[in-house]
Amino acid sequence: MSIYTLCGGHIIDPQTDTDIIADIQIEEGVITKIGGKLSGGEVIDLKGKVIIPGLFDMHVHLREPGREDTETVFSGCQAAAAGGFTGVACMPNTQPAIDTASVVKFILDSAKNLPVDVHPIAAITTGRKGERLSEMGELLSSGAVGFSDDGSPLMNTDLMRRALEYASDFNAVIIQHSEDPYLFKGCMHEGIVSTKLGLPGIPSLCEELMVERDVRLVEYTGGRLHTAHVSSKGTVEIIRNAKRKGLNVTAEVTPHHLFLTDNSVMGYNSNFKMNPPLRTEEDRQALIEGFLDGAIDCIATDHAPHAFEDKETDFGSAPFGVIGLETALGLILNEFVLKNKMNWADMIDRMSVKPRAILNLPEMKIAEGERANLTIIDPEVEWEVNPAEFKSKSRNTPFTGMHLKGRAYGIFNKGQFVINT
Amino acid sequence: MSFDFYRRHLLGMEGMSKGEILHILETARSFREVIMRPIRIVPTLRGYSVVNMFFEPSTRTRVSFELAEKRLSCESVNFSSGGSSVSKGESLLDTVQTIEAMQVDAVVIRHSAQGAPHFLAERIRSSVINAGDGYHEHPTQALLDMFTLWDKIGGLSGLKVAIVGDIAHSRVALSDIHSLKTLGAEVMLCGPKSLMPFKVESLGVKITSNLEEALEFCDVVYMLRIQLERQAGERFPSIREYRQRYCLTMERIKKFKKDDFIVMHPGPMNRGVEISAEVADSRYSLILNQVTSGVAIRMAVIYLISGGKDRGKF
Ligand SMILES: [Zn+2]
Ligand SMILES: [Zn+2]
Repeated sequence: MSIYTLCGGHIIDPQTDTDIIADIQIEEGVITKIGGKLSGGEVIDLKGKVIIPGLFDMHVHLREPGREDTETVFSGCQAAAAGGFTGVACMPNTQPAIDTASVVKFILDSAKNLPVDVHPIAAITTGRKGERLSEMGELLSSGAVGFSDDGSPLMNTDLMRRALEYASDFNAVIIQHSEDPYLFKGCMHEGIVSTKLGLPGIPSLCEELMVERDVRLVEYTGGRLHTAHVSSKGTVEIIRNAKRKGLNVTAEVTPHHLFLTDNSVMGYNSNFKMNPPLRTEEDRQALIEGFLDGAIDCIATDHAPHAFEDKETDFGSAPFGVIGLETALGLILNEFVLKNKMNWADMIDRMSVKPRAILNLPEMKIAEGERANLTIIDPEVEWEVNPAEFKSKSRNTPFTGMHLKGRAYGIFNKGQFVINT
Repeated sequence: MSFDFYRRHLLGMEGMSKGEILHILETARSFREVIMRPIRIVPTLRGYSVVNMFFEPSTRTRVSFELAEKRLSCESVNFSSGGSSVSKGESLLDTVQTIEAMQVDAVVIRHSAQGAPHFLAERIRSSVINAGDGYHEHPTQALLDMFTLWDKIGGLSGLKVAIVGDIAHSRVALSDIHSLKTLGAEVMLCGPKSLMPFKVESLGVKITSNLEEALEFCDVVYMLRIQLERQAGERFPSIREYRQRYCLTMERIKKFKKDDFIVMHPGPMNRGVEISAEVADSRYSLILNQVTSGVAIRMAVIYLISGGKDRGKF
């Protein structure tokens, strides 16, 4: 029988109103005791560390099957663990797409013995083509946790309505990559910077029109909408108003949209090219406000690995997307939690509780009798983002060289300890 | 038999009173006795002319009307699609003129357009009987369903009926809902939310997307035909998933241990899709009774629409 005793960590869990320094004993992956002076099994000294419910990233691209040269379920989970995430939900824009039970099962099998929980999000439409609804009932019963055609929007308004309705039979969420394809003609935010750089722009309207449409659909027919990667001030307002009306609408924001603006594109570095694009400082401030006050429900990285040779080209030709699993926690700790702009409880809400709730996954609490699903944070360590040290197979981060305080010390999940060295 | 039936047309079940429905059912009961006789024809409506206009193929309904007309000794003619001008998109206005020129007493019409029978009824002198208009109503089907239940169990008051399937594209569902509600039954609709008509709950019915919940609720389950050729992919994912979620199997019925359970279906069935062959042929099934009831009900409807006066001897 495997027994661990985690000694002296600062345990914080707003779900159980826990905020104490204590020991945790874990037997066979289950928390058996929380208290003082525990011992037995393997003893791990966590003095000075913070122990919180395992972080969850509800929007990653693991690229398997199809582009195993850029990421696999295995390498993606290593990156997640290194970044302090005990669980991820992976998007279905693989090759083939996650639109049948067999692909769902393939991914679940690949992740079976890994310390990170992997939950596939299945395609709304078969082949993500936007033409025919996928077999949502069967996909859910085989292990999918939600639906998205991410990478592409679902433009057909009637099909989006029917998808919301059909998914509502199962209380499942539809995650929209909000983008009006007719307005999507550029490679960066349409603004003064795009004008200066001579690059074609993507207006904020491109996102806002579709979010507005989808919110109206939810208002009309019911169903559950989650807006992926909110990037503009206008979208934050739409989400805020929808919530005020009591609609079943949630939203996520990525770290890169919280920390960067279109100014970063000066210099044409393709590691600042993602979709939706980095927008203006005004948008960024609105995203921060929404993130802090809860209008935006959670952080999701939109971890999008790309091969070096694919990104290493002119800005316009490079693919959209950046990786984020190994930098998200450090950025949020450094900028928000350790500077007291956000308390631990809210941070845990946005990075652990809400994303699981949106996908109907069980709560992960730190309490006796619960499954031990923990993220352990070193709030003191200072480090520099160095892509060469990433566990991810890809290196396309926009945060290279950034100095941060605080990062994941390790995770505990499925009876396994992963400590970052 | 009292002759207090004043309708000149039968366009739908919406708004029909309980008294009217029961009167039709009583009349149908008398006609069923006729059908059971060795000589199944009565000279009741000798000289009364009916034209059956089927703008959509529907062998069952057409044959049922034809039989009803023959047994009442009506003069009846068919004006059916399948090679004739009607299938080639004859306009409703052409149809009006044709009927007026034919000088018939009644028109039985099946049309893919909702409201087509109403259009005719406002413009021609003949009586109009709706044999199904698009996704709107199919009143004689609902009446034969009521007759089948009434005949089997007596009053329908308090009876719990679940209608399962593609409610949005069913003319039967709407007619049955109106009829069942009028006769005091409780109705639950069951199907994917994406196949539910907008705000259908305001008709005073319960709604679920879960077949087990519907089976637990009901005394009678009414399975609708899923349209194989259309909608798959756009309104629901696939026939395969539809079968997994909604196929009425013996296993599902037995789970609720209802001995006097009743299963109905308007036909034609997709065996193995919305209903298993085993259930369709089981002791729970009233599907063949429904077919038999059809002729008696249609005799009653034509007779009452004609004014209910014997032209011959009953
Ligand atoms: Zn996306
Ligand atoms: Zn994405």
